[in-house]
Amino acid sequence: MELLQHDILIVGGGGAGLRAAIAIGEENPNLSVGVVSKVYPMRSHTVSAEGGAAAVVKPNDSLDDHCYDTISGADWMADQDAVELFVNEAPREMTQLEHWGCPWSREPDGSVAVRPFGGMKIERTWFAADKTGFHMLHALFQTALKYDNVTRYDEWFATKLLVTDGVCQGVTAIELRTGQVRAVVAKGTILCTGGAGRIFSFTTNAAIKTGDGMSLAYRAGVPLKDMEFVQYHPTGLPGTGILITEASRGEGGILVNKHGQRYLQDYDLGQALDINDPEHPQKRSMELGPRDRLSQAFIQEREKGGTIQGEYGDYVHLDVRHMGEAKINKKIPFVRELCRNYAGIDPVHELIPVRPVVHYVMGGVHTNINGETPMPGLFAAGECACVSINGANRLGSNSLTELLVFGARAARAAVQFGTSCGDIDAEKVMAQATEEQQRIRKQFFQPGNGDETIAGLRGELTTTMEEGAGIYRTGESLQATCNTIRELKERFGNVELADHSLTFNTELTSALELEYMLDVAEALAHSALARKESRGSHQRIDYPERDDGQYLRHSLAYYGDGDPRIDYLDVVITRWPPGERVYGSK
Amino acid sequence: MAASEPTPSDKVVVLEVFRYRPEEDEEPFYQTYEVPYFEDWVVLDALNHIKNEIDGTLTFRWSCRMGVCGSCGMMVNGDPMLTCAAFIRDYYPATIRVEPLNYFPVIRDLVINMDDFLDKLTDVQTWLVPKEEKPVSEGEYLQTPVELAKYKQFSMCINCMLCYSACPVYGQHPEFIGPAALALAQRYNLDSRDGGADERAEVMFSHEGIWECTFVGDCSRVCPKNVDPAGAIQQAKVTATKDWYRSVLLPLGKKKGKDA
Repeated sequence: MELLQHDILIVGGGGAGLRAAIAIGEENPNLSVGVVSKVYPMRSHTVSAEGGAAAVVKPNDSLDDHCYDTISGADWMADQDAVELFVNEAPREMTQLEHWGCPWSREPDGSVAVRPFGGMKIERTWFAADKTGFHMLHALFQTALKYDNVTRYDEWFATKLLVTDGVCQGVTAIELRTGQVRAVVAKGTILCTGGAGRIFSFTTNAAIKTGDGMSLAYRAGVPLKDMEFVQYHPTGLPGTGILITEASRGEGGILVNKHGQRYLQDYDLGQALDINDPEHPQKRSMELGPRDRLSQAFIQEREKGGTIQGEYGDYVHLDVRHMGEAKINKKIPFVRELCRNYAGIDPVHELIPVRPVVHYVMGGVHTNINGETPMPGLFAAGECACVSINGANRLGSNSLTELLVFGARAARAAVQFGTSCGDIDAEKVMAQATEEQQRIRKQFFQPGNGDETIAGLRGELTTTMEEGAGIYRTGESLQATCNTIRELKERFGNVELADHSLTFNTELTSALELEYMLDVAEALAHSALARKESRGSHQRIDYPERDDGQYLRHSLAYYGDGDPRIDYLDVVITRWPPGERVYGSK
Repeated sequence: MAASEPTPSDKVVVLEVFRYRPEEDEEPFYQTYEVPYFEDWVVLDALNHIKNEIDGTLTFRWSCRMGVCGSCGMMVNGDPMLTCAAFIRDYYPATIRVEPLNYFPVIRDLVINMDDFLDKLTDVQTWLVPKEEKPVSEGEYLQTPVELAKYKQFSMCINCMLCYSACPVYGQHPEFIGPAALALAQRYNLDSRDGGADERAEVMFSHEGIWECTFVGDCSRVCPKNVDPAGAIQQAKVTATKDWYRSVLLPLGKKKGKDA
């Protein structure tokens, strides 16, 4: 077997991974970087982000305000040292991306334009119309092309962390084109593999978001932090789950129930201002409340009978018609394109049907503010990591900035680690890689395993997650989901593949992805079962109050033979003592 | 995002799919599958139905299912399309033929090899070469909405490769840099922050560059994001021609700066 060696290895070629690669390209051109990605980098899910990326740059804004918005939005579950660092570094990172050519929307004077976003007191969200993630990803990808010291392994699928004497030294990966398992080793390995929204049945997330890096770390003994916190975005298109960006509300769009009423005012989110009022849309209020509260309001409105019944479940209406065609075309053209193509409606003249949809996993691989995990040599950044700045509910437009800030930081920490760690024992990593190759062949290519199918098990998994671990949860619903996941994990051993080919075997990668999804789902459901309080996106009907005495702590889920072990770690509080989350009043 | 299956339908649609498994097949062949018909299904949904329920060996790329990741381009009844944006209802009841994108080597079934394109992006330097260096600490480069509008359309390319599979020149001369890469190079040339046009010129204006283009315009016709690569190439030709005339006709020292 071939051994491929780099100084730093990045797993995942989305926003965080590319930012990490460029950091090393710029700052340490003598180091070699490998980027292993299961898709071509510009296919990564960063590409689908629409609304924008937050950073304080305007004179009417302040770093403290961005901190407070983020911390209160997180229901005090974010580490405040991490948030402060993030907010401080955000403007520099965003400006850096501007210097790399990102086509930010502009003010008439040529400065970068900002827009309001949910849960933010002041407009501070940079945007490139409503394809912000697309433009950021392509700017990063095209910039990364210029560094000779960055080697890409496009369409290589990581299957296992190589760990020698407790130190991470790279991964094994399948080169999809040949089906060969390779060892890619490095002194520092950075996981940038994104989230895991695909463990739910109704999600904005692309097919590739299967929690790969989270599971790789979890299996190697690294804890997953705060996995119980899952973000439902309030406005997805029914049926497909296609995201209709929060920017449509930041630009003045309103949410109405079946009576045409702005029902959010019944759910402690403030009073509705007239759409022609110069103060509309009011920040931290109504349609610009945080995503967890808006998604919960939808469920309550449904209980009250105010939602509209449709073929793909209940929905409400997002109304942007008053914005007018010119502004819609300028500010949210992609919303119009998506609505026309996938819902057969034109938002210039018609109401957009929307419902809450799984969008983001706040939890992830446990890291500190430098992206270091508890395992030496292993780092993580982006959605797959949990630093944590997002706590119990992420604010819209913080995650794109997070990719940049923590992608760069993780890269620097990995470089630093590489200067002091020992050499790689080639023999030991090769032995592990050979063993991994045999595991895959034995598990998936030997006929006669059984009669389970990937699609069948995957369908049962996503259904039980939606039913038991959705917007509102109970001990009972979560226990049932935990039991189902346990059963599905056992049945996974009976998966029989039809495809035994070595060339681009996507049935094999789907099986491996399903295995990752089962791990992540297990950690998520058990963490949720153990948290007997309601906070942010984690709402327990049987424990409706926030309980700071017991649970102002991050959960840490450790992989085990049976159920995961759940441990806790205190949240870091610096200048913002836990308080009430207030929306809708000035 | 996910497409859920709505209420069952009695109607079916037939897909005729290009198959090629290099380890088993001497030659490619077409395989026929019957899938349920749903009003809001796209061709990609039908392919996923085949993969999940009928034949796990069928191989294709996909990810976002919302027309922005650029993974799922294929030939649908002979036209290059994003299969996540090709609605079955637009073909029904006719049989739908699905093939890999034209002019690219096939790795397997509907999966093409696009290494060549990625190398070409590097060749034409699709990144910003700052016109003037400015430290990040001094803030952003100013760029007015009018300046942004000059290149914005060409920055919308999702690298889906439909334009290459529609380009007869690329079909005959695979060394042609091709529509998407040239449009992206032009995107940077037109960016008010960029000063790299001269560095890109050597490759853009080479034999494999803009002069290969015979302005068929099919690239722009099939582009799902209205990037208009043919327009980008025409613009680049005009600029190159003006530069050439200036260099020949104007005495040394009187040349003006580049006209973008």
